[in-house]
Formats: sequence, structure tokens, C-alpha cells
Amino acid sequence: MATAFDEMHGAGETIRPAYQELARWLADLPPDALEYRRQEAELLFRRIGITFAVYGDTEAQERLIPFDLVPRILAAKEWALLERGLKQRVKAINLFLRDIYHGRDILRAKLIPDDLIFQNPVFRPEMNGQNVPHDVYVHIAGIDIVRVSPDNFFVLEDNARTPSGVSYMLENREIMMRLFPDLFARHRVAPVERYPDELLATLASVAPHSASVEPTVALLTPGVYNSAYYEHSFLADKLGIELVEGRDLIVKNEEVLMRTTEGLKRVDVIYRRVDDDFLDPLTFRPDSVLGVPGLMSAYMAGNVTLANAVGTGIADDKAIYSYMPDIVRFYLDEEPILKNVPTWRCREPDDLAYVLQHLDRLVVKEVHGSGGYGMLIGPAATRAEIEDFRARLNHDPSGFIAQPTLALSTCPTSTASGLAPRHVDLRPFVLTGRQRMTVVPGGLTRVALQEGSLVVNSSQGGGTKDTWILDDET
Amino acid sequence: MLSRTAENLYWLARYVERAEYLARTIEATLRATALPNAYVGKTNEWDSALLTAGVADGFYRHYDEADERNVIDYLAFSLDNPSSIRNCMDNARLNSRSVRTALTGEMWDTMNSGWIELQQMWHSVRTREQLATFVRFVQEVSLRFDGSAYRTMLRNDAYWFSRLGLHLERADNTARILDVKYHMLLPEKEHVGGPLDYYQWTSILRSVSALTAYHWVYRDTLKPWLIADLLILNDSLPRSLASCYGNLVRNLDQIGVAYGQHGPSQRHARGIRNRLEHARMDDIFQHGLHEFIQEFLGDNSRLGEIIATQYLS
Repeated sequence: MATAFDEMHGAGETIRPAYQELARWLADLPPDALEYRRQEAELLFRRIGITFAVYGDTEAQERLIPFDLVPRILAAKEWALLERGLKQRVKAINLFLRDIYHGRDILRAKLIPDDLIFQNPVFRPEMNGQNVPHDVYVHIAGIDIVRVSPDNFFVLEDNARTPSGVSYMLENREIMMRLFPDLFARHRVAPVERYPDELLATLASVAPHSASVEPTVALLTPGVYNSAYYEHSFLADKLGIELVEGRDLIVKNEEVLMRTTEGLKRVDVIYRRVDDDFLDPLTFRPDSVLGVPGLMSAYMAGNVTLANAVGTGIADDKAIYSYMPDIVRFYLDEEPILKNVPTWRCREPDDLAYVLQHLDRLVVKEVHGSGGYGMLIGPAATRAEIEDFRARLNHDPSGFIAQPTLALSTCPTSTASGLAPRHVDLRPFVLTGRQRMTVVPGGLTRVALQEGSLVVNSSQGGGTKDTWILDDET
Repeated sequence: MLSRTAENLYWLARYVERAEYLARTIEATLRATALPNAYVGKTNEWDSALLTAGVADGFYRHYDEADERNVIDYLAFSLDNPSSIRNCMDNARLNSRSVRTALTGEMWDTMNSGWIELQQMWHSVRTREQLATFVRFVQEVSLRFDGSAYRTMLRNDAYWFSRLGLHLERADNTARILDVKYHMLLPEKEHVGGPLDYYQWTSILRSVSALTAYHWVYRDTLKPWLIADLLILNDSLPRSLASCYGNLVRNLDQIGVAYGQHGPSQRHARGIRNRLEHARMDDIFQHGLHEFIQEFLGDNSRLGEIIATQYLS
């Protein structure tokens, strides 16, 4: 694997312009200052309660995501490119979803094999022919981006269901500004704090026609034991909307009502952080206690908007991912601005043969996996792990895709032995409402804290960084 | 507001209040058991602590003997006791997490940082000194929580529901002490208390933090019937039944006005308040202090049920 591109140092000795002021500041910092501040930050996180739960981990029910104090910086020019690319991609995703659940032009054009849609468990036949307000399916998207060189950004994954992490984007910034006011005084960092307002405006803009002028928006959470519960309560608070659980809602006459101390009150838009499967036990999993019986009937009647819509998983599925460049071209008649990572579709015999021959060099992912689980990183895997994946690939080829091991860019990161390069990715959040699209400048930078590791997922011990988009002048 | 939010706020306040009450009970009992037998008699103070906490039945399912170690363990740290300080604080923290959006930052911070600190304490309390630090800390968390609610919450239904929980729990606790100790508070004709009763009485007052208040109110030595008067009818004492019901009626009326509708809970609370307002200690003694308290406990828990039906479900 080639040496990774370092976002501060580039390939050589000089410091890249966006990082120069930060480098000067770091050089002037007393030796233990970062560690001292890190402890302070950790205390703040713990006190504010910014924790997450790791499933299957009974020891530490509430854990902190490690927070690295060295910010990750992108220049305004770089961001401008990303922003255009992100909007283009999410626009295409929404058009694709509208098409898949209506006319299916793309299938008739033979760009995507039918069975990849119809035999896909995340395809929701309930949505066939169903209209959603203003044809917006994915109101909130989190697009995972990796960088391999100054000019090469790749989309690693589209998250079009219930992407999380935006609370870290906001809280990381708050904490950084509290800890390092002088550092901010030396930079012009684009603010991220308007995200909650943008989100609320986005949600209100897609209220159903039957809603009142001031629609009631609520955030539906699986509850206090969910790994992202902190984020749910944080967002509800910032948006000034009720944080509801399934048991707070009932459906009457195809309307969704919430139980309040003053009786039942209609809800018009639900920002749901509950997966499709658990939304409505009458339609989906009957054993779900997280959902609301009858919710789908109200949804079908157009009396409530769900954000994101039901059935968006078909757009961020790893098997569909490899078709994204075609999808962008098909609906927008434009060349994709953001590249896709080259992907071998193991369902295709030639690709499978190649993958099986090169397992030690590739990353193999389960089509329906997420969170960094169920993944083979060839160069880092043991012989036994490789053989295990070989068997699984042979058994169910269409359950997997493979990609080259990318040399993800690195960023200087605090480690036990001082600052050292660690691999990072970026998850910006794209909001789509009625005639509006917003990408707040920044996103969640995740960092793999182990030397050489490429896995940034928080469930796998990854950390986060504040992400700065800088004015070009600085 | 969401019924569940109101319910969580209401129980959150109850749990914190109960934890504080248990901490004060332990503190008062420690004091009483530190006195020579000649002063307090041979009564088992720890047994009576269990009774005033209302958990004696559960205790004897897990332990044989009501000695200091067992009772403190059960009241403070046990996970088997649903009302132990530990379970109260765990539940309070969990409720806070569920209704974070309805709490102010100060309230959340008090609860969460207090809870984090208690995590270290659950297993480390060994000596009496550590125990004393622990019970004081629990009381401090409760005071800070109550104070930050008072100082930072908007005066709306969220605040009123949390106050309802606090006053209902407080009334229940005061009534339960009276229920266990009523026999010490009877006006036996011209009864002059010996040292034995005296320390029992101070212990009662201590567990509702009213010892100093007593002297300010009555400017008299401890008289059992005055203690009863203070805890039941004197509405200037925040933990008296009269004061709790003054507050409950006020908070329920505020909710009623805000929602434009009064209902059974407003009527029921007002009924109890009126009885307390017009009662005289002589009459109460005449009809039986024990019966009076029993009746009050029943009325109080009925109010809890009525509030739950009217608002919380």
C-alpha cells in the first residue's frame, strides 16, 4: 500500500496552506498542554452526557467517543468542490428513489439488474406508487467521504436511512471553541451552528398538505437505550420539538397523534431515528415495540411525513453503490463530481474470480453490513480470516462487494507518543426539503486511533475530530 | 407537553426527594445509635429506620437481622431494594436522560455529575466516616437539583409536574415517620419526657431537618404534641403535611389554569388541604393520631393515582 497523503504535510516537507497557522500554534504549545486539555474535554463530554452505547458490551454501557483535539482542516476551495458533488449525488439519489417506486425507467434502461432491486430486503414494496411530499425521500443524508490525494475525494458510502453523528459535528465545535478561543481567533472557520435551524426548516417544508400553517414536528427515538440516544435528545432540544417514543404516539382515523398532558395532539412531520423494520408492527416486524401500530396507514394516507421516507435503504445499499455513477448520469445527465471507489460486484462471476484471487489485497464488505462489522481488510487480515471469507464468498457471492484498500489520507492526531498521522474520513450532512438543499460547511471527521488502522467507526474504537472549513484568505 | 415527559419529571422529583429522605434517615439513626443505651433505650433504631422507610417487608426477605450493616446496605446500596438510595439515584438519572429536553442544563449537570460521582461511592463506603460523607453528598445532590430547578426552570407545566412529584413524595415521607413514631408523640397527661424520649424526639425532627425550626417556632423545650403540630399543621415548615398540600394545591391550580380545565386531582388535593387547614391538634389527638395519619397516607397515595390518570397516561 502506498504511503498515505497527509492533510497537513502533503507528500513532502512543507506544510499545506490551510494548516500553516495551526502548525505554528501547535509548535508554540507547551508539551503537556494537549493532554491536559484532552482530559478537560473528556470531563465536559462526560458531564454533558455525550455518550454512546456499544451493543453487546455490558461492561461499559455508556462510553465516550474519543475526541481528538487537533482539528481537521479543509480549504474553502476544496469544500466548494465537495459541496457541489454532495448536492449532485443526493439529488440523484432522490430521483432514483422516486423512479424505483414509480416508473422504473432505470430498470427498463437495463442500467441496474431487476433482481438487485426486487430481491433486496431493503426494497419496500409498500412504497410502490406511493407519493411523498415534493418527491423528497432522503431529507437527511450522511455521505461518507475519503480522500487519497490533494484532488481525489471518493464517496465510500451513502447513508440514506437514519445517518447519525451530526451531534458530534456540533458538540465538537462547541467544546473546541471553549477550550481554544485563541486558536479560533487566529482562523476564520465557517460556523456549523445553524444546522438545527436548517434541519427544522427542511422538515417543516415537507409537511403534508393537511397540516396546519405551523406544522408539528417530532423526533421519534427508539428510546434511552439506543446507541445514538444522546444525539436524538440533543437534536430535539436544539430544534425545540418533542422527543417521542413509539408509545407516545397513536394512530386514529389515519392521523398520528401524540399523548400530551392536554390530550391528543396531531403530529405532521416525524424525523424518525427508528429503522423501517421497527416503524409499524402492523406493516413490518410484528414483534417491534419501538414503533407505532398503524403509522404506515397514516403515512400512506398522506397525513404524516416521515423523514427519511420509508424504503430509502435501496439507495444506500452496498450492492447499489457501485451503480451510483450511472445513476447520477442517468437522472442528471451530468458527470459525477465525486468519484466512487472502484468496486467488484461479487455477484458477477468475473469479479468474484478476481476477488478470490486477491483477497489479501482487498477490502471485502457484506452488502447489508454496517458500522464496520462483518468486513475483511485483506492486508491486515490473518490467513485464517482470509480463508473464512473465501468460504463465505463462495457460499453467497451476491452478499459481498470488494474494493481496493485505499490509502486514506491522514491527519496529525494526539497519541501517547506525541502527534502522529492517523487515517481519517469525513461525513458531511446533506439536507433536502421543498426547493431547498443545504450542506452545512463541515461534517463529522472520524479518525482511526490505532496506528495504521483504516477502521474509523466509533463502534470499533474510532475517534472524532472537529472539522474546519477555512476561508481562503487565512 | 408529552404525558410521558410529565410522568418522567414527576417521578424524577420523587426519586430525588426519596433518596434525600433516606439519607437523612440514615444520618439520624447513626446519631441515635451513637448514644449510650441509657439515653435511647433498648429499641432497635435500625429496625425503626426500616419502618419509616417503608421497606421492612422487603428487607426481611433478604436479611435475618436488622443490624447496622444490613440496614444501611439495604437502604443505601442494595439493588434488591427498589427504593434504595442507589436505585433512586439510578432511576432519577435514567429519567433525566429520557427527559433531557425538559430539564435545564443546570439540572442535568447536577444530576449527571452527581450520579457519576456516586458511581465511585457505591462500592467504596466502608467506614462510618465514609458513610457520613456519602449521606451528606446525597443530600447535597438533592439540594442542588432542587435549587437549580427552582432557579432555572421556566414556570410552566414542566416545572409544576416536577413540583407535584416533590411535594407528594415529601408528604408521604413525613407522614410515614409520624406513622412509625406516633406513639412517642402522644400527649400523655402532663407527660414530662425523660432523656429517653428526648433523644427519640430530636431524632424525628432531624430526619425532617426541623430541629432548629422547632425552637424558632415554639421557643419551648421539646414537647411531643408540639412536634406533631409542627410536622402536621404548621405550614411554615416546608416538610409539614400542611405546607406540602399548600404547594400541591397551588401547582395543580397552575396546571389547571394553564390548560383551561380543572379536574379530579384539583378537587381531591383541595379537599385534603382544607381538612389540614381546619384541623386542630386537640381534635386530631382525640380522634386518634394514628388513625389520622393512616387516613392521610391513603389520601395522599390516592392523589398520586388521580394525577396519573388525569395527566400522565
